[in-house]
Amino acid sequence: MTKVSMTINGKQVSGDVEGRTLLASFLREDQRLTGTHIGCDTSQCGACVVHVDGKAVKSCTMFAIEADGAQVATIEGQAAEDGTLNAIQAAFQEHHGLQCGFCTPGMVMSAAALLKENPKPSASEVREYLEGNICRCTGYHNIVKSIMAASGQDVSAIAAE
Amino acid sequence: MYAFDIERPATVAEAAAALGNEDAQALGGGQTLIPTLKQRLASPEKLVSLTGVAEMQGITSNGGTLTIGGAVTHADVAGDGSYKALSELASNIGDPAVRNRGTIGGSLANNDPSACYPAAALASGATIVTNTREIAADDYFVGLFETALDEGEIITAVKFPIPQKANYQKFLQPASRFALVGVFVAVTADGVRVAVTGASNEGVHRWTAAEDALSANFSADALDGLSVSADDLIADLHGSAEYRAHLVAVMTKRAVAAAS
Repeated sequence: MTKVSMTINGKQVSGDVEGRTLLASFLREDQRLTGTHIGCDTSQCGACVVHVDGKAVKSCTMFAIEADGAQVATIEGQAAEDGTLNAIQAAFQEHHGLQCGFCTPGMVMSAAALLKENPKPSASEVREYLEGNICRCTGYHNIVKSIMAASGQDVSAIAAE
Repeated sequence: MYAFDIERPATVAEAAAALGNEDAQALGGGQTLIPTLKQRLASPEKLVSLTGVAEMQGITSNGGTLTIGGAVTHADVAGDGSYKALSELASNIGDPAVRNRGTIGGSLANNDPSACYPAAALASGATIVTNTREIAADDYFVGLFETALDEGEIITAVKFPIPQKANYQKFLQPASRFALVGVFVAVTADGVRVAVTGASNEGVHRWTAAEDALSANFSADALDGLSVSADDLIADLHGSAEYRAHLVAVMTKRAVAAAS
């Protein structure tokens, strides 16, 4: 076992991990931050997306040891301390950007990375950026609409489909 | 996954020493290796993570040559822009999260027959720089997942001579996001080079008949009448060998038309 330390959502944490412990497993099983979901475990679905040093990564395809010393942000850190949703989360709620909700943590974290890079993306840029996030309910339309709304763009012309 | 230890060396020398053990394996961004480990298709005793090696980071452009550290991510190559066709290629590998982890050295060391970077390296006439030597791309790609690298040898950088014009066209296999067929065309001072990925059971290769035709006349029309034999091309549920052979010509024409 190897001791790792990292900052998760602003809090310093540490734990003992095996070499093969994935960052996703460390978050879920050691830190009990079960908002990060493991959908496919084959790097396809993106439900496990978190930010490591500000960059969106698939936490099921990175070892916990590789995040030693890093700043990690997960879905649990997106809302304010009092539970007030951030703009992306609020937009997902407002525009029905989730159906079963399983992919939502990854969608929100990918969206946050996108809007940091590109604050006013076009709908096609949103779709392109979400290439690695799969929604098994196929609810993409409202996910894209939610992210457009979160970026402050008028989505009234985007019809519900 | 079987159990293994991970070392995180800070220098190339430390990494090379850690890889001296024959049961050790280099770990780049892990976007291919970690899924492979999960399937228990590899069982190293030790992984040597190269992402913390400062000497293998960074992109520098000097006298028409772009040098990219072996541990540079696809996202960083995509954002560089000094070799436009290469940055465009990098921006279409996998998805954004994969691009934030996957590295150029890892891709070239793995030499997946459908990966994008091998086509860029071969068409550009790049030089693969390792901890012990420099290898010309023409000598580097040996076959399916095979390269000229020795056990424990580390790609520390890749040097790309920036061509006069270049373009990469990828026919996406949408589930894997690898190339069903990809063609990189580069116009260099010594003529045109065309490298094809995703098509051959032997991995990335040059299409010399197209190179000769394009060196004489760099236009898509120069390729009229040229075709690729389907013998020994990859055939799977995504496309037959004949389909891939057809795509090679189509993607080459598109790359020539788009080259800038």
